[in-house]
Amino acid sequence: MSIMNFTKTVVKNLFSKPATRMYPRQPRNYPARTRGHIEIDIDSCIFCGMCSRKCPTGAITVTRPQRTWSIKRFSCIQCGYCVESCPKKCLSMHQTYTEPDGVKRTDTFAGPPQAAKPAAPKAGVPAAPKAEAPVAQKAETPAAPKAEAPSVPKVEASTAPRAETSAGVKDGGEK
Amino acid sequence: MSTRSVVPFGPQHPVLPEPIHLDLVLEDEKVVEAIPSIGFIHRGLEKLVEKKDFNDYVFVAERICGICSFMHGMGYCESVEHIMNVELPPRAKYLRTIWAEMSRIHSHTLWLGLLADAFGFDSLFMQTWRIREKILDMFEYTTGGRVIFSVNKIGGQRKDMDAEALKKLLATLDEIEKDLRSITKTFLNDSTVNTRLRGVGVMTKQQAHDFGAVGPFMRASGIGLDMRNLGYGAYPDLEFEPITSEEGDSYARTYVRIQEIFQSINLIRQAVAKIPDGEIAVPVKGFPKGEYFMRVEQPRGEAIYYVKANGTKFLDRMRVRTPTFANIPAMLEMLKGCQLADVPILILTIDPCISCTER
Repeated sequence: MSIMNFTKTVVKNLFSKPATRMYPRQPRNYPARTRGHIEIDIDSCIFCGMCSRKCPTGAITVTRPQRTWSIKRFSCIQCGYCVESCPKKCLSMHQTYTEPDGVKRTDTFAGPPQAAKPAAPKAGVPAAPKAEAPVAQKAETPAAPKAEAPSVPKVEASTAPRAETSAGVKDGGEK
Repeated sequence: MSTRSVVPFGPQHPVLPEPIHLDLVLEDEKVVEAIPSIGFIHRGLEKLVEKKDFNDYVFVAERICGICSFMHGMGYCESVEHIMNVELPPRAKYLRTIWAEMSRIHSHTLWLGLLADAFGFDSLFMQTWRIREKILDMFEYTTGGRVIFSVNKIGGQRKDMDAEALKKLLATLDEIEKDLRSITKTFLNDSTVNTRLRGVGVMTKQQAHDFGAVGPFMRASGIGLDMRNLGYGAYPDLEFEPITSEEGDSYARTYVRIQEIFQSINLIRQAVAKIPDGEIAVPVKGFPKGEYFMRVEQPRGEAIYYVKANGTKFLDRMRVRTPTFANIPAMLEMLKGCQLADVPILILTIDPCISCTER
């Protein structure tokens, strides 16, 4: 038993840099393997549905007829099982985490319209135009009121809370 | 005889963030009896095995505990692999061993920090967790996660560590060892720490045996049992001796855990020196049929995994006997006769993980 054992550590700490980082000002450098969120290269997706079958939480939905790929961001557990099982390697894991949100959002990605089957080349129709292709849109969330069309809700979602807050401020002012 | 009174301890307590409730029967300030109740955070993870594909269940098994998540995944995978007669590639065994020992360092440094916090030495707590941060960063660098690693799968590992990662790991371990040596002196020699730990909560060798204690709690009472000697992973190729202490008090438990960190560092160094090249996973076909008992030495002690499979993709039963569950009876015996003020520290010295226990 002795005393003053901690003095060396204390003195060392007085003259060394802090062990912590000034977080928002000094951003964190993530290692390459950090499992943040899943990204999809929708152009090369063949909508085979392998990722949705492998997903342990059922976060991914693939609809082959409509050619859409959607992921429930807050159900995804970032295990990387889909990335491993993707036959076209169009899924990838990115380092940044999903940002906090007021609603459990679902991101839907629509693929380019299917190219004409090579079985009918005589029609002379060129492959479907790719110009209007990848439209990544945020679809409606289960919590949000039923939207009329899946293409507009992004606007609605962004305006609705603003309307609420302005109403709240107004009420508060009247009181 | 003085009057008896009952003081409730938990489920919310400043020292212990986890929900265990004890009714402490006191005679003046002395604890006569402790009556436990657990079950506040039961999540039904064992039942879930009947509804999840046995490959997907690895991710659930990992989430049984936030500290020994790697070992829970490993224990489950090893038991299913035994049922399916899958022979792991040697590199996968070594990787499992390295990550398991990293988990042990991470868990024991966490515990040391909590202990320092419990006896009110907060700067020591922060220093310990500063060291722990390095191992967590190393986890993120090699697996992509700091708490949930998702690197286990049935038949091997999902991710490999290349030569650069292994080199970086060794460099980090050197730093950790150096830092840890300096604060070890405070933990083991400092007079204030010693007053709080020496002779408090003595558990004799016979008691530890009779009440079925496991892990460092048991080894601090002089029983040198270590499940790593059973020969899973790459442990048969590595040299180590179980660390024991004869005293059986809180100080002995601290001593055993600190020495186990150094032992883990040594084991990782041995494993990195011996790791063979080759595949990290073998393809697994078909469904398991049969049953198996797997015993794994977790940071907190021996965990038992029982898996029963019926030849479909869903398992019949998966049972985990966690180390804390085995340690609770011994802990209750240890609490008898101690002072009320020592109760939080004594509960902490078994390194309780109530979330594991209740699954």
